[in-house]
Amino acid sequence: MSTVSWITARGLFGRRRFLLLLPLPVLLVVLAVLSRGLGVAPSAWGPPVLVGLGLAVVLPVVALIVGTGVLGAEIDDGTVVHVLTTPLPRWQIVLPKLAVAVGATAVTVAVPLFAAGLLADSVRLGLALAVAASIGALAYSALFVAASLLTRRPVLLGLVYVLIWEGLLSNVVTGTRVLSIQHYVIALADRLAPTNLLDTTVSVPVAAVMTALVSVAFTLLAVNRLRSFSVAGETS
Amino acid sequence: MTTTSSPAPTTTSTLDLAGVSRWYGNVVAVNDVSMSLGPGVTGLLGPNGAGKTTLLHMMAGFLAPSRGQVTLDGLPTWRNPEVYRRLGLVSEREAVHSFLTAHEFVLATAKLHKLPDPQAAARRAIAMVELEGAQDRRIGTYSKGMRQRARVAASLVHDPQVLLLDEPFNGMDPRQRLHMMELLHSLGDAGRTILFSSHILEEVEQVSGTVQVMVAGRLAASGDFRTIRRLMTNRPHVFAIRSTDDRALAVALMAEPSVTGVELGRDGLTVRAGDYGAFTRVLPKVALARGVRVRQLLPEDESLESVFSYLVEA
Repeated sequence: MSTVSWITARGLFGRRRFLLLLPLPVLLVVLAVLSRGLGVAPSAWGPPVLVGLGLAVVLPVVALIVGTGVLGAEIDDGTVVHVLTTPLPRWQIVLPKLAVAVGATAVTVAVPLFAAGLLADSVRLGLALAVAASIGALAYSALFVAASLLTRRPVLLGLVYVLIWEGLLSNVVTGTRVLSIQHYVIALADRLAPTNLLDTTVSVPVAAVMTALVSVAFTLLAVNRLRSFSVAGETS
Repeated sequence: MTTTSSPAPTTTSTLDLAGVSRWYGNVVAVNDVSMSLGPGVTGLLGPNGAGKTTLLHMMAGFLAPSRGQVTLDGLPTWRNPEVYRRLGLVSEREAVHSFLTAHEFVLATAKLHKLPDPQAAARRAIAMVELEGAQDRRIGTYSKGMRQRARVAASLVHDPQVLLLDEPFNGMDPRQRLHMMELLHSLGDAGRTILFSSHILEEVEQVSGTVQVMVAGRLAASGDFRTIRRLMTNRPHVFAIRSTDDRALAVALMAEPSVTGVELGRDGLTVRAGDYGAFTRVLPKVALARGVRVRQLLPEDESLESVFSYLVEA
């Protein structure tokens, strides 16, 4: 583990905001267990729990908390200056932080999604959801890490994307789904384990290409922004 | 108290600012500042809001100048992480990774610098700031002054030739302050370029004779503050004199063109001189001619405080 990853992980898991990650995955598993235990048909509880909660809320919200936590929190409290006053090329700072964000998000989201997919249908669906969510964690994390360097309010920007763009617009205006990470994840999961529980209009090639594009583009943007990082304008 | 000195650098570095300005919208924070900082300790002095922190951030590569250029040994500091091999920064903001111990923090910094022996470098830096006793405690449990020392240790771990410190004495108790002053002195004496900002005159006066004075975004004065004072010919120089016959000396001095005023008091004379050099040359001659022995001659307004207040009022 690199020193940047080590400091990032210590910072992430040492802050109280990490506790915010736990309720949503627990809720996902509890709802899946209850639905299964009460004998509700998977076709009735699967889509709202797996997609409506798991992929549309748990994945992006966890990615948002973690993604803005690995860099945005350090920018907020000023500790990022300690890492930046070293001769490390800026990509050697962004990539380890991104890796920690992806890893933490993937573990937090993939495990409950696997359990929920297993309870709804099969091991294959559970694995498909876990793998697709991990791929989605990469794209979301790249987006939110870059957002930390684009604005002083990355959480707000992230919430607007998740709630307004993905939650509202992509359900009303189908064309916007091409720019929705949530729909890439659904398309990839459906490709890995075809069921009638997942439904999307984005094709698998588009989902794969766009996921890669979003991940690479926002990572490069983050590296470039970090090269020009300015300390907030204090004039004392 | 001892100060663990670091080895002298094999090379010295120069930080140059050429016509540097920085503005935020319509507000000019730093206005056309040029200076060259070489080995030794320099104080960056100015009232709050004078632009000291903005200037330091530009020097440290954390702010792009709106105009002009900041270079370290000819290399721009902006968008150039390579300069941090030679440059250390202690920012004013007290941000430290509070979940780490001081040892972990300084060691991590040494590793980020990819030093050949990070453990030894961390030990040396922690010893320089006398934090060995508390190095295994979490920084979150430290006092303000201890946190500051941990940050200074981290900024020194790679043995930089240039060290920039923004208000380094904030939150330190008198003993820690004295130790920090000794440390800065020893670093400057070893050939490092040290610049520290402060709005507290005593601090600058005790640490450094060389000052850069910022007032309202501009560089108001630069150099040794005693020399700056002597160049302020429009301000009379004030001297306190005690002699064997103050009244006779006062009468004689009033006849001298370099003297603009004399006040006779119980404790001696207060003399105002328009020309520092002419007065100090003429005083012994006048005293000798009148058979008066001068027991004490003290320049009363050569303190940094006087220089600073004159500059700010100007």
